[in-house]
Amino acid sequence: MTLLQWAFDGLLGITLIWLAWRTLASADLFKAIVLFIAFGLLMSLAWVRLNAPDIALAEAAIGAGLTGALLLVALARLNVVAAQTGDIESNTKQISAPEDSARTTAVVGQGVSNKHNLFQYFLVLMLSAVAAGLAYAVLSLPSEAPGLSRDVAENLNVSGVSNPVTAVLLNFRGYDTLLEMAVLLLALLGVWSLNRLPEQYESSPGLVLDMLSRLLVPLLLLVAGYLLWVGSRAPGGAFQAGSVLAAAGVLLLLAGWRPAARFLGWPLRFALIIGLAVFVSVALLMMLPGGQLLQLPPAFAGALILLIETAATLSIGVTLAALFYGSRPRSEQIPPHHTGSGGENE
Amino acid sequence: MSMTEFLTLLLLIAGAFFYIAGTVGLLRFPDIYSRLHALTKADNLGLGLIIVGLALQADSLTVIFKLILIWLLVLLASASVAHMVARSAQQKGIKPWTR
Repeated sequence: MTLLQWAFDGLLGITLIWLAWRTLASADLFKAIVLFIAFGLLMSLAWVRLNAPDIALAEAAIGAGLTGALLLVALARLNVVAAQTGDIESNTKQISAPEDSARTTAVVGQGVSNKHNLFQYFLVLMLSAVAAGLAYAVLSLPSEAPGLSRDVAENLNVSGVSNPVTAVLLNFRGYDTLLEMAVLLLALLGVWSLNRLPEQYESSPGLVLDMLSRLLVPLLLLVAGYLLWVGSRAPGGAFQAGSVLAAAGVLLLLAGWRPAARFLGWPLRFALIIGLAVFVSVALLMMLPGGQLLQLPPAFAGALILLIETAATLSIGVTLAALFYGSRPRSEQIPPHHTGSGGENE
Repeated sequence: MSMTEFLTLLLLIAGAFFYIAGTVGLLRFPDIYSRLHALTKADNLGLGLIIVGLALQADSLTVIFKLILIWLLVLLASASVAHMVARSAQQKGIKPWTR
């Protein structure tokens, strides 16, 4: 490694730590979110430097892009809720700055404050112990770890794909990916089981956003398809493609588009579960000819992986976009200004 | 150093110069509108120069098209976002800076 690369990596590492610290220490929630997005983008640059373009793509799309959008929309709704309850200032401050609440407790009573301080020392002690344990674990690693990359490379020809990352995610360790899909679906169910937000109707926030979404959504669909297809032999795959699909959904939602009520019943639920359903069905079908769960026969592995990934892309995209929408959309009653009009589609 | 390498170097340095100019503008300009102007205008030009510089080094036409696509997307995104930020600032009643 040349001196220039050392300097670049060092600067990148220091900036990442500094950004992480600023994100956590920032009292202004909006600023913290912007810093978090910047952190995600630099983090994906760090993954590129570590020769892990797959993770870099996922980090940029999910870690910085969609999580950032989710946090921003959560902040916007938090402000609405705080304004309704009438204490926007104290509410955001208490959530954003733990020092502030610590100071408030100090005013309330000295005894409480002492207990608080003791607890803080205890926390510092615990965190130091964890950090020391982690440092010991990292330092005791062998300097040249062979890992499993050789096993993966040796078995790549029976996996059905030529991209080792996809081979691991969808074939060798398919179980992990299957459970990840289930976790994503559970997260959405968790959000849906909370209180409903006030129904959001179709609106038109501006010509520019409208035009932007019309230009970008077809392109995003193309990119999602490309990432899905290329995932078998180069960086890409279901999660990256799904998050690009979700970005298209987020853009449409921001531009004021709302899916028609008739799509919010079973079609939405079908799109949400198809990824997991196809994955589980393939996994179980493999047991029929006497194989094991998720054991893909090398002859069909490529086609099966593409089938699973296509369904997974759709589900991941719709799930992430639904998370951005926030609450369970109403499908039973048709919103008032929709009746009679055929304008549910763009 | 061959001619294309020299050209690439020249374009990359010029691009970096515009990025630095845009960043200085973002930090030093007095109000949100002039900062937006510095950020979008200078960075778009800087990115364009860097893209042309990199395209000279590309092995295939596909890579060149992808690079141009990146530039066009950034142009579209930054122009739209600048407009939206400026409009929301204006709706909030932020007055443009005057000497």
